Amino acid sequence: MALASTDTVIRTGRTSRFIIYTVLIVFCIYYLLPLYVMLVNSLKPLDEIRGGGMLSLPQEWTLAPWGSAWSTAQIGVEATGLRPYFLNSLLMVVPAVAISTMLGALNGYVLTKWRFRGDTIIFGLMLFGCFIPFQMVLIPMARMLGLMGLAGTVPGLIFVHLVYGIGFSTLYFRNYYAQFPDELVRAAMIDGAGFFRIFQRIMLPSSGPIAVVCIIWQFTNIWNDFLFGASFADFDSQPMTVALNNLVSSSTGVKEYNVHFAGAIMAALPTLLVYVVAGRFFVRGLMAGSVKG
Amino acid sequence: MGFLDIKNATKSYGTVKVLHETDISVEEGEFLVLVGPSGCGKSTLLNMIAGLEEVTSGEIAIRGNRMNEVRPADRNIAMVFQSYALYPNMNVAQNIAFGLEMHGVVKAERDKAVQGVAELLQITQLLDRKPGQLSGGQRQRVAMGRALVRDPDVFLFDEPLSNLDAKLRVDMRTEIKKLHQKLGRTIVYVTHDQIEALTLSTRIAVMFGGYVQQLGTPKEIYDNPANMFVAGFMGSPSMNLFPAKLSAADGKAFANFALAEGGTGSLAVPDPALARHDGRDIILGIRPEAITDPDGADRNSKDIHHVEARVEITEPAGSDTFVVTEFGGKEVTGRFRADVDVKPAKVQTFAVNMEKAVLFDPVTEERVV
Amino acid sequence: MEQSVPTRNKLGDKLADFLPKLVLSPSLAIVLIFVYGFIFFTFYLSFTDSRILPSFGLVGFENYDKLFRLRAWSIAVDNLFIFGGLYIVICCALGLMLAILLDQKIRSEGFIRTIYLYPMALSFIVTGTAWKWFLDPGIGLEAVVQSWGWTSFEFNWIKDRNMAIYTIVIAAVWQTSGFVMAMFLAGLRGIDNEVLKAAQIDGASNWALYRRIVIPQLRPAFMSAFVVLAHMAIKSYDLVIALTNGGPGRATELPATFMYSYTFTRNQMGIGAASATLMLMTIAAIIVPYLWSELREKK
Repeated sequence: MALASTDTVIRTGRTSRFIIYTVLIVFCIYYLLPLYVMLVNSLKPLDEIRGGGMLSLPQEWTLAPWGSAWSTAQIGVEATGLRPYFLNSLLMVVPAVAISTMLGALNGYVLTKWRFRGDTIIFGLMLFGCFIPFQMVLIPMARMLGLMGLAGTVPGLIFVHLVYGIGFSTLYFRNYYAQFPDELVRAAMIDGAGFFRIFQRIMLPSSGPIAVVCIIWQFTNIWNDFLFGASFADFDSQPMTVALNNLVSSSTGVKEYNVHFAGAIMAALPTLLVYVVAGRFFVRGLMAGSVKG
Repeated sequence: MGFLDIKNATKSYGTVKVLHETDISVEEGEFLVLVGPSGCGKSTLLNMIAGLEEVTSGEIAIRGNRMNEVRPADRNIAMVFQSYALYPNMNVAQNIAFGLEMHGVVKAERDKAVQGVAELLQITQLLDRKPGQLSGGQRQRVAMGRALVRDPDVFLFDEPLSNLDAKLRVDMRTEIKKLHQKLGRTIVYVTHDQIEALTLSTRIAVMFGGYVQQLGTPKEIYDNPANMFVAGFMGSPSMNLFPAKLSAADGKAFANFALAEGGTGSLAVPDPALARHDGRDIILGIRPEAITDPDGADRNSKDIHHVEARVEITEPAGSDTFVVTEFGGKEVTGRFRADVDVKPAKVQTFAVNMEKAVLFDPVTEERVV
Repeated sequence: MEQSVPTRNKLGDKLADFLPKLVLSPSLAIVLIFVYGFIFFTFYLSFTDSRILPSFGLVGFENYDKLFRLRAWSIAVDNLFIFGGLYIVICCALGLMLAILLDQKIRSEGFIRTIYLYPMALSFIVTGTAWKWFLDPGIGLEAVVQSWGWTSFEFNWIKDRNMAIYTIVIAAVWQTSGFVMAMFLAGLRGIDNEVLKAAQIDGASNWALYRRIVIPQLRPAFMSAFVVLAHMAIKSYDLVIALTNGGPGRATELPATFMYSYTFTRNQMGIGAASATLMLMTIAAIIVPYLWSELREKK
């Protein structure tokens, strides 16, 4: 990825550099502002927010909103907090990511190293599947999940995410393996390795970076999904995003903004953490989904 | 029947035929080089021998056994690739041992074999390194080690030296030749470099356009090219080819051609039978080393003839000076001794050794005599 | 070495030849059924009298006819044009500007990039929640500015039927503009410096350099950004739900929310399917040529 710093030949004067830095810093504030708002307001009592102090630091620091959001807040009809839904999301995201990454790796391997007539068409079909508006599959999928006995369950959600995650996983691994020399596979064939042995001994050991990219992408996407969760989950199998939306938009009682913000940060934390730790791979994944290279 | 037989083999992709009916029989211990420009079908043929590409029609046989349907791994062959194709995740020892491991050789035996090959190739100190930590020449050695350790019936080399710099390429060439002399194994070697072909091989197949143009020993190929393609492709600087017209006088044949400054050059052709072809157009092929200064001409030749022609340009090359003139409207290069004083734009005597001349038909481009 | 004719298991060979396709086939089957089969199913439903449950009585183009007469649909489509147009234009402009500024050998560029890009890692639901309360006149920006002493300050777009759609643009731009910046930055870094040096020697000013040489070379990046943004705009659902839930009234309905509510809460499945079909066709018109050209070039 060409994001690494390179020398620019363009020279800028002192004044323009001052302006450039000012603009860049202003935008830093712009992008950070909502995060700041969520954070400080999740740590103050409700009346401080109501008093118009949304941008000020808490006068009285409190973790109570976090506690409430995690374990006692009213979600839908029950006062369970977000904890069970956080767990649902974890239970959903781990298998879905693992399986779709594994399938993507195998598909990418076949599509680049065992090419056959029509493989590009198959790949194109898979890829287009990533971009369709999922409204197009909601109705039949609801029926299908019912037929499979998975309606309203976490396994049902795992299955849905798996199905619509294959395209991107395949894209990543295909593009990665395409740069992997064919001669390596030929050498391994002459050495006597078969289809799976080449995959396991030659391809997989060199797939670390792209596997990270793929896992992060799938993790972020599936964790952040709302449409499938809202469409196919029951009350007790809802993922975090759906529960958060229920918490925030519930029309009954007092609006506990601080709790909402605490909940929002909880929902954001896993993906944010991944981003901070492995942002480089996250960006690579984003770019691979859109730009060549 | 030879050791490795290519019988009437062809290769087509859809309707495109990239290799036409090819017959080559390789004896045990032979070093066969397939040489030709890119796209001539040489790599395709090698891959067919390896089993990496299917044979469209015809047969590949090793030790008399038909190999067409046999998997690469079961053909008892080993291959050295252009990019070396070292497994990046394994160290040198694991790379070399991988083939043995896949063929079920036990660990102790593998280690012994790896050690033996490493000593032979002098890479013992590299065994623990990953391919990424090796220089080009070292990778080349490891790739050869990986092939040698298998102790196969046939070694296949796919342009193994083309990724090395010039100096290293010459060293490795010598090394491969030594290995072949020492081990006496059968080798099929693909290259586009005609010097590699001439120096390494016991036999050469010159390929072009999906056809084997000529199959023969390096000397046959060099001295008696079957057609103009082979004549032009093999040898450096390449053979001079220029149009001439035959004439007959006193039962002898002469080749006549125009000279740049006007006038006609005339050279007696050794084969008197050509006198029958009075008036026929031909292409005359003469290698640069057969066009010399009169004192530098081959004293054993009975057919040295002189031509006076204007020098266009001189190219001193240290040991020799290449002198360019024009015969029959084509640039012709002669090879003079370095200490001969030759000046451009001056008329100079060129001594042509007609014993080494070959004649081609201008239409079919095939050899006439 | 002793060499015998390799004993060969023909059946095993056939299997081995077939293995790659066998490995690919589950994925292919999944895609064929769950993407293309389902697309066809929904497409078919759009021509039926399905209401609360799928039904297979064909009614021709009736659903499409109804759809186009529905005020809710025309609002959703109008909104999509306003939202999509502004979203794409602002994201591209902002992204390009930030990319160019960041490309001036900025100290701690990596750090700034990280800040610009982190919203992409968030769920639209989180983004929606944050902006929903930040834009809420009762407690958010308006209240804050008023508490600073500017008591007449008003910013109540999110409650205003005519302006609410622009709040969606604000939140969506906040989330994705950093990503567009990264795409342009990658494009900028791919430009050959020698060309720029040559232009400088020719006497081009920085402004001319960018306008005449650099930006024209970013065409592929613009192309990619447009395709990605357009397809995200058409699929926008989560953000609207979290930020305004389509309100006030229907002021921020988009086709995606329209489809959902008509199919699952208003029990007009036929009309819902028709609207989904139209969404798919729009996206296909953008994505298919793009994928086509990408896949062809890679060959």
